[in-house]
Amino acid sequence: MLDHILSLLIFFPAIAAIMGFVVHKESAKAFGVAVSVIEFVISLYLWFAFDTNVSGMQFMENISVVPAFGINYLVGIDGISLFIIIMASFFTMIGIASLGDMKKIKNLVITLLFLQMTMVGVFAALDAILFYVFWELSLVPMLYIIGAWGGPLRIYASVKFFLYTFTGSLVMLVGMLFMAFLYNQATGVWSFSILEWYRLILPLNYQLWLFAAFFIGFAIKVPMFPFHTWLPYAHGQAPTIGSVILAAVLLKMGTYAFIRFSLPMFPDAAAFFMFPIAVIAIIMIIYTAMVAYAQEDIKQVVAYSSISHMGVIILGTFALNVEGITGSVFLMIGHGIVSGALFFLVGVIYDRRHTKMMSEFGGLASVMPRYATIFGIMMMASVGLPLLVNFVGEFLSLLGFYNQSHIATLLAGTAIIVGAIYMLSSYKRAFFGEVTNEANRKLPDVNSRELLALIPLTIIAVWLGVYPKPLLDPINSSVKSVVMLMHEKAITPEGKSRIPSLENKVTTQTSEAEVK
Amino acid sequence: MLSHVNISLESLNIATLVPMLIPIVGALFILVLDLFKKDQRKSMYVMLSLLFVMLDFGSLIDSSIDFNTNGTILGYFDMMLVDGLALLGQFIIVGASILFIPLALTSKRFHEFSYPEFFALFLFMISGFQFMVATDNLILIFIGLEMASLALYTLIALHNRSKSFEAAVKYFTMGALAAGFFAFGSMVLYALTGSVEIHQMAAVFNADEFANLPFILVGVVFLLAALGFKVSLVPFHTWAPDVYEGASASMAGYMSIVPKIAGFVVVMRMFEFLIHSGVVWLNVVLYAIVIVTMTAANIWALVQSDVKRMLAYSSISHAGFVMAAILIGTTQANSALFLYWILFTFTNLGAFSMLWISRQKNLAAGQSSDHSYNKFAGLIKVAPISATIMALFMLSLAGLPPFALFWGKIYMISAAVSSGYVVLALIMALNSAIAGYYYLKLIIYMFMKEPEIDIESKVYTMNSSVSLRTIIGIAAVGTVFASIVVNPLIEFITAFVYNSGY
Repeated sequence: MLDHILSLLIFFPAIAAIMGFVVHKESAKAFGVAVSVIEFVISLYLWFAFDTNVSGMQFMENISVVPAFGINYLVGIDGISLFIIIMASFFTMIGIASLGDMKKIKNLVITLLFLQMTMVGVFAALDAILFYVFWELSLVPMLYIIGAWGGPLRIYASVKFFLYTFTGSLVMLVGMLFMAFLYNQATGVWSFSILEWYRLILPLNYQLWLFAAFFIGFAIKVPMFPFHTWLPYAHGQAPTIGSVILAAVLLKMGTYAFIRFSLPMFPDAAAFFMFPIAVIAIIMIIYTAMVAYAQEDIKQVVAYSSISHMGVIILGTFALNVEGITGSVFLMIGHGIVSGALFFLVGVIYDRRHTKMMSEFGGLASVMPRYATIFGIMMMASVGLPLLVNFVGEFLSLLGFYNQSHIATLLAGTAIIVGAIYMLSSYKRAFFGEVTNEANRKLPDVNSRELLALIPLTIIAVWLGVYPKPLLDPINSSVKSVVMLMHEKAITPEGKSRIPSLENKVTTQTSEAEVK
Repeated sequence: MLSHVNISLESLNIATLVPMLIPIVGALFILVLDLFKKDQRKSMYVMLSLLFVMLDFGSLIDSSIDFNTNGTILGYFDMMLVDGLALLGQFIIVGASILFIPLALTSKRFHEFSYPEFFALFLFMISGFQFMVATDNLILIFIGLEMASLALYTLIALHNRSKSFEAAVKYFTMGALAAGFFAFGSMVLYALTGSVEIHQMAAVFNADEFANLPFILVGVVFLLAALGFKVSLVPFHTWAPDVYEGASASMAGYMSIVPKIAGFVVVMRMFEFLIHSGVVWLNVVLYAIVIVTMTAANIWALVQSDVKRMLAYSSISHAGFVMAAILIGTTQANSALFLYWILFTFTNLGAFSMLWISRQKNLAAGQSSDHSYNKFAGLIKVAPISATIMALFMLSLAGLPPFALFWGKIYMISAAVSSGYVVLALIMALNSAIAGYYYLKLIIYMFMKEPEIDIESKVYTMNSSVSLRTIIGIAAVGTVFASIVVNPLIEFITAFVYNSGY
């Protein structure tokens, strides 16, 4: 069973989705919940069976698909991908479980199960073409979710989402094919295995071009400024479940791919582009926070704040040291939980009032106390309050970048603190004061179906904020091997100096232990 | 006094002609049968033609086994040239024909299939295309081309709609012009080299190091224009959308595959030595044609309001994409061309068959053309299976993994990258992104819009019959499970292309 547990995780939801066509529509949701619970249990078992002392890939499977062209079905996970996979199956589970009465619910459940296959596939794939297959396939279910269940502008939003990502990933595909060609030049055989590519040391100019090609694909997905314009539309129009999955899991594909592809394959280019990317990341943090402040629509506030926090993840990733990358991986999980929960919460109020305008609300805390409490906790987590999940990740990311540049870190850190203003002010407008709108006076508080999704998220947000060690340890050991590889592979003096060698890391490791 | 000419039957190597003779015999047989016993049902003719075409396919398998052991075979005064290219081309031609013929068995009656001549002409056409690819003699290529084209003009006109006549006449006029170009181009090259065989021309040119370059270029340009008409390269593509619109959907699908692969094989034979001759001007011309064909056709396809016209422009764009292989000119690129076209056969024939299955006799109110986009609005509600299968073909055409055309695309782009055409590879990738939009448009109409015009739901499967569903099923299975067959296909094709020296 353990030999094929990743294939099981990837294809179980897909097979279940195909079988789902037979299930009657009134039982579709129950079927979806059952399947996703099984999937989640399997993913927890994966964590249980995961050997935290091993920093490399585990549970690897390798089947030749196109040996003439070096394409294999090669999957495996390490500490970096393990928790994102668990998060993906967790969000699919609570997402399906908390679905309300929607039209065509059977189609939605089937689509979500297909989406789950592609999400797990992306994070488990270790072959570039296999990665690309899942990466592209994930667009189709999301396109359908936004386009069929979205708001009035849904078609525009879904097409924009699809075309942006599709264009970017085609450029990335050219980069992948070029990388395979270079590997073929060096060794005489075709291979798309990422692990084989890691062993290839490239001259700087190739690294720069390939880094740029991959960057376009990943940056659009993240989305990094200035490619972020598709995301507010997608979030604005998507149904609640679509926004939740998009924010919690799909966006992580981009940041995860930076760590899986760009950093270990092109360490010198990563060091070369470190400051330009840091500038973009800081612009992202500050600019989107300002845009969020100007929004009238509560969902747009959450959407822009989500982009803003993605900036911190990028900053941590491009710190190129163990603290920064560990922090950014941890922040991916934290961001997933927090922004996923916030989109759930926006969905709750939208279901009741069918509007997301903040001016329509006010004084909700007195009408819906439980709702206001959970929203408050999640909002605090989002702004990075200590003892909540995002704080750990943000702190480590900034600590990592502090080693590279004090000023940039200071700017980013201040921006995060200032960013709290817009969250607090929109919270104040929606929840405190008198109940101004009569329509709000009789709103029912969160019901048990919604609590089913929100309570676990709140517990996790607090748990990981207080005691992040179970996650940080495996992440840390895998990140260490990535950084070690990068340092060994770096050929330029800039790369060697920016990427620390791990012998000098002993001191910072102890300081990390203090953080934990 | 003429001296005796001694020709032994062995030296003629009649076996090389067998694959072409089978459909000719079949066509004559059908005509003779019609003389003796009139008014037979079309199903009989369909099955009879299918039998002959399958026999043809069997003889091709036989020749390819022969090719694997003995290498390239010459025959019939060295006019016939059975190499890997010829065999691969014929496999696609005959294979696509096998998939096409059962599409005649619609549940509604159509005028053209009631004539036995339709099937006779169809078999003659197959034979013509087979001659075209299995020789490097320009005269025989010309004969094969005209034999096939004249039959094809008639087949289009037989569809008996006002637009069909327009289409046939348009295609005929353009085809006549192309024939003139071809004859003129061959004449110039013959005058320069004293031979009509491409490999001998290459030998002469290489021996005197392209001494008469201006004349060579004139000849080559005329030939390129003539073949450009056949494979619909911009700016010689203008007939394509109108002809596709006028022809029946199944015939349009067939035209987007078979005549083009025949054309590509000839172009490949022609340009193999020219590309490697070091004449920069030729590479530039070809480069420009490839990019303009891909990009312009994509942009025109964006603004179409009819699915069939969109598919017409899309197949022009695919032709431009594949033409890049000729420009790159490596073994990998040439193999990629065949791989791409085999996968394209399944997907594109499937897409056109889905249009064919929903062909109406009369347009509904508010419907501007036979296959306008709004006809398919909200299809997921009335015919979910049709909508899903159609979406599958669209995703494959867009190059979404893991469907069929994705594998063709990556192998082709990889060929470009591997021979230093990185800019070309990027343009190819970006064109795939543009193309994504118009394929997506149909999916959006089918899955996300509400029905716009009042059409009975049975229209969407109006022509459905067991044989049509079988063909669509085969196309869909080929599209979805392509990833399993890609490896044997690549190995098979590469061996054939490599052993023919391309």
